[in-house]
Amino acid sequence: MYDEMLDAGSIPRPHCRRYCDWLNEQPPQRLAQKRAEADALFHRVGITFAVYGEKTDTERLIPFDIVPRIVPAVEWTTLETGLKQRVRALNAFVHDVYHEQEILRSGAIAPEEILCNTQYRPEMQGIDVPAGIYAHIAGVDVVRDGEGRFVVLEDNLRVPSGVSYMLENRKMMMRLFPELFAQHSIEPVAHYPDVLLENLKSVAPSGIMDPTVVLLTPGAYNSAYFEHAFLAQEMGIELVEGQDLFVRDEFLYMRTTRGPQRVDVIYRRIDDDFLDPLSFRPQSTLGVPGLLTVYRAGHVTIANAIGTGVADDKSIYPYVPDMVRFYLGEEPLLANVPTWVLRRPDDLAHVLNHLPELVVKEVHGAGGYGMLIGPAATRAQIEEFRVRIKQHPERYIAQPTLALSTSPTFVAAGIAPRHIDLRPFVLSGREVTVVPGGLTRVALREGSLVVNSSQGGGTKDTWVLGKQAC
Amino acid sequence: MSRYLERAESLARMLDAHHRLSLLPRPREAVFQGWSATLVSLGMEERFFERHGDITARAANDFIAFDPDNPGSIQCCLKAARENGRAVRGTITADLWETLNYTYLESRAFKPGLADAGRGNFLEWVKYRAHLARGVAAGTMVRDEALCFIHIGTFLERADNTTRLLEARWRDPGRRNERLIVEAAEWAVLLRAMSAFETYRRICRQSVTPERVTELLLMRNDLPQSVHRCLDELEINLEAIANEQSAETLRCAGELCAQFRYGRFEELCAGGVTALLDRFQIRLRDLGARIANDFLVPLSSAGAP
Repeated sequence: MYDEMLDAGSIPRPHCRRYCDWLNEQPPQRLAQKRAEADALFHRVGITFAVYGEKTDTERLIPFDIVPRIVPAVEWTTLETGLKQRVRALNAFVHDVYHEQEILRSGAIAPEEILCNTQYRPEMQGIDVPAGIYAHIAGVDVVRDGEGRFVVLEDNLRVPSGVSYMLENRKMMMRLFPELFAQHSIEPVAHYPDVLLENLKSVAPSGIMDPTVVLLTPGAYNSAYFEHAFLAQEMGIELVEGQDLFVRDEFLYMRTTRGPQRVDVIYRRIDDDFLDPLSFRPQSTLGVPGLLTVYRAGHVTIANAIGTGVADDKSIYPYVPDMVRFYLGEEPLLANVPTWVLRRPDDLAHVLNHLPELVVKEVHGAGGYGMLIGPAATRAQIEEFRVRIKQHPERYIAQPTLALSTSPTFVAAGIAPRHIDLRPFVLSGREVTVVPGGLTRVALREGSLVVNSSQGGGTKDTWVLGKQAC
Repeated sequence: MSRYLERAESLARMLDAHHRLSLLPRPREAVFQGWSATLVSLGMEERFFERHGDITARAANDFIAFDPDNPGSIQCCLKAARENGRAVRGTITADLWETLNYTYLESRAFKPGLADAGRGNFLEWVKYRAHLARGVAAGTMVRDEALCFIHIGTFLERADNTTRLLEARWRDPGRRNERLIVEAAEWAVLLRAMSAFETYRRICRQSVTPERVTELLLMRNDLPQSVHRCLDELEINLEAIANEQSAETLRCAGELCAQFRYGRFEELCAGGVTALLDRFQIRLRDLGARIANDFLVPLSSAGAP
């Protein structure tokens, strides 16, 4: 098992030596007190979400771990290059799907896998989007394989969230442990909102000099509302709900106390299905009636574009390395986790024979739900899943149980290793940028491999060290 | 948001007034009638009697301060202020948001059934947090429409609350007490609860009488709690955000304000003080509805404006 800080002989890795020295000097009471301080501050900032439907005033805080995850400069450079390559290919793929469909004609992917996919939006066929960018914001989940190499687990191209934790966790660490930032050269992340805003402006419909960008939220009761308000504030753009926008003569306007104002770019944080009740779900009250006509006329940019989900579907994921080769003519720098696609009879047979060793995921599932973790499951659970797989093999994929790297984490018993993943945020506009850092999620239960916050996961600050360090 | 905060503060001041009254030598039914008048002036009496048989000081206190099922309770107001703040998080500063958020979070540490001293601490704390939030707004908010709306909410609510505090005192038959000294003490309590006692002394330099206190709290335009001052502020802020449909609202506000700016106190209350206060509360409610209609409703109604 790969540990981020310690090598096989439990000696700190070179880039973590200084931090580990510091950590060893800290009395446990100080760490406990700092963590309590962090909790109180996060409550004050309001980075909590209410659990609705519960009678008590329950407000959950995603647990924050005060031990950072540290990535050395050289590893980051490799990861960053690989991520940019991957997202370029994914954007090219979505463009192709909604235009010539060359990749389908080449036979690399069977047409029905795309055209019958629930995430495929025929409405997008033939629409040109500025700069050919569909996934303006990608939150790519990467983990380490057994040898310590970064591999991609999921691409998250629809409405990836979590970036507010990247920013708030950093602010918190700087406040709690300023001395560490003086001792280490840590790449800043605070400029993320600026880069995001520049990117969004750069893909405004052509001919707009000073585009108006808004952030579209489902509202204050959404669990990610804090992040929506936070990003709008940090970018200095309006935070709007569907009812604040309206369509007239193929243009989109925002209602203001000074009358209508034209909107050029929407950074939307609601799913495709809810965007336009005239085109998608008719009962949706979150969206804007007629938005799609404005979009088709090229009078507004939607980020991420409608229909982008076709590229981050779990059934399409196995093809991403092929996309890199097909569109960019390059060898992929980041590998996928080996994946069996159960619609293929050979893969299905293999998986059914090895269920206790594998992780089986629903193709359209998210958030750690609807999955089977073979080694952790009971016999009955495995058999139940076997029945479900046999009924609808096309709904599932399977992967080997990943080791996931560990990182020292401050838990009740003191400092102990816990499993982590990493979600860097890749921004695509006229150029592709990755802010050095990301959201590190940690499975706080001993031995657990599930990092989702809905299932006992927490977060850590992610440090990318400067090139001159270590 | 600012209305809820202001209301929480003024409820705290009302309870504070009751607490101070309870320290005076008053007959038992006067205490009972005092609470009854307060509940009536707040429009909470029905809901109160749904849940409680008799009025006791403790039940009334807890109902107004903490009851989660009473949407007008202080704790519910603090929560509503915070939820409204969350909904307009994009237009207020982080400092203001955190103040509202933390006020609500900390308020949950105070529980019903507090003894007098603990309750006093809670009421002081509420006032202090309201002062703080206003100071944070003044110190961090851009001078824009959002701040004007905050001011409008504050002053509309404060004008209303001042009349309700007066109304409760006028309706309280305890004031018919023969002993003038006690009556003076009761009105002094009201002034103290509104943090206006020292000002009264400085301005009036005379003994405390119901009429003088009422005149001060209605007519003076240099007293931040007075209805006149609140209406002046309301008018200024309404002018600043005027749009094409708000002319009538502005006229109503100006007309109401003119009564206090140019009217004579004796003529205004010729038909009785409580009648005046009732009339005024109706106009104020109408004004609040107009403001919502001019500036807020079109934002959420369907169709193009």
